[in-house]
Amino acid sequence: MTQWSGYLGLILQGALVTIELTLMGSALALIMALLAGMGRLSRFFVLRALATAYIEFFRGTSIFVQLFFAYFVLPLIGLELTPLQAGVLALGLNVGAYAAEVVRGAVQSIGREQHEACIALNLGRWQGLRHVILPQAFLVMLPTFGNNAIELLKATSVVSLISLADLTFQAQVVRAQTGNTMVPFATILVIYFILALLISWGVRSLERRMARGLDGVRV
Amino acid sequence: MEWDWNFVWQIMPTLIQGVKITILATLLGSVLAAIVGLGIALARRSPNKALSRTVGWAAEFIRGTPLLVQLYFIFYVLPDIGILLPPLVAGVIGLGLHYGTYTAEVYRAGIDNVPRGQWEAAKACNLSARQTWTHVIIPQAIPPMIPALANYFIAMFKETPLLSAITVLELMNQAKSVANTYYRYIEPITLVGAFFLAISLCSVVLLRWLERRYGKIER
Repeated sequence: MTQWSGYLGLILQGALVTIELTLMGSALALIMALLAGMGRLSRFFVLRALATAYIEFFRGTSIFVQLFFAYFVLPLIGLELTPLQAGVLALGLNVGAYAAEVVRGAVQSIGREQHEACIALNLGRWQGLRHVILPQAFLVMLPTFGNNAIELLKATSVVSLISLADLTFQAQVVRAQTGNTMVPFATILVIYFILALLISWGVRSLERRMARGLDGVRV
Repeated sequence: MEWDWNFVWQIMPTLIQGVKITILATLLGSVLAAIVGLGIALARRSPNKALSRTVGWAAEFIRGTPLLVQLYFIFYVLPDIGILLPPLVAGVIGLGLHYGTYTAEVYRAGIDNVPRGQWEAAKACNLSARQTWTHVIIPQAIPPMIPALANYFIAMFKETPLLSAITVLELMNQAKSVANTYYRYIEPITLVGAFFLAISLCSVVLLRWLERRYGKIER
């Protein structure tokens, strides 16, 4: 029975890798989402086309294939990535493509009168976006971003297949060493669920904080 | 290392085999997800608090944990308690259960969208609960939710490569075994990506058609 504490340590190490991946992947996804989302609303055809191609490509192919592509095919064309880098790249770009559509939808959901008010106040395009449109749009995006972050957390389990020692990988190790399948897998299921609950709780409290002072502005 | 068309044609039959299994898994998984989702949605509406709470929590748990880990659980843990499943069956059950929790939300929204007056009319016509569901509510609730359901089925299609982790010989697994045999990764993995992109793009066209056909709620 004493040995379980050692195995639990192994699984917790995996949890750290999973959390690290989730955070870094989410950061990359957020950047890509803002770039591609705003790109789709751009005045310039080239930017719109680039953003659309990125979104359609990464939403149209499986995250699993993208990950394998990043890890196995990119080295062949001279881009050597560690498993962690490949994981963050694939997760961030994939979830970023989904989140980009959220950004677009949220920015478009801001009423015309807000844009007109920006013009009336003589704000430049960038100023209007920065001080009027985005602060309101961000609040609309937040709940869906929370869902996307949970999707990303769940997708991190796939990186175990390119030999990155995350939760799922460590559970396989424990399974191989102890011959017990039930305990490690039940444990990591619970850990994943707790992490998902933490994300949704974090997003909800962030939403409450950001909504403060905006009462009456939003319908 | 460069692209070799001869090699592409040589491995194509193997990959086509994989595509067939991928599509089969998606279809069976979709059917199961549609049924499981309806079951969950109905159970959550049940007046029996214990039933609706339990099902609600179970669905929340399944949605909050990664599909890959669930597949491992079904494939490796269930045999411990005497349920031995072939890989494909385990995979289809995993996909069906996981996406069933998502489709349940679609059903819930669809059912909530049926106007109150319809329920009252059913009551006024002295229909029993069963008759109300089968003749009044479900026929009106299903068409508007078809596009949303199809959306999840496409998402499921992109998750099928995960089945390779539990030894189902679908597209990804065929590609990996081909790649390992000839030690060439660039063609098989790229082709897998191309197959997924092609099938996804076709299904997007189908989805657009479904949206036009069923998306509008007739009043």
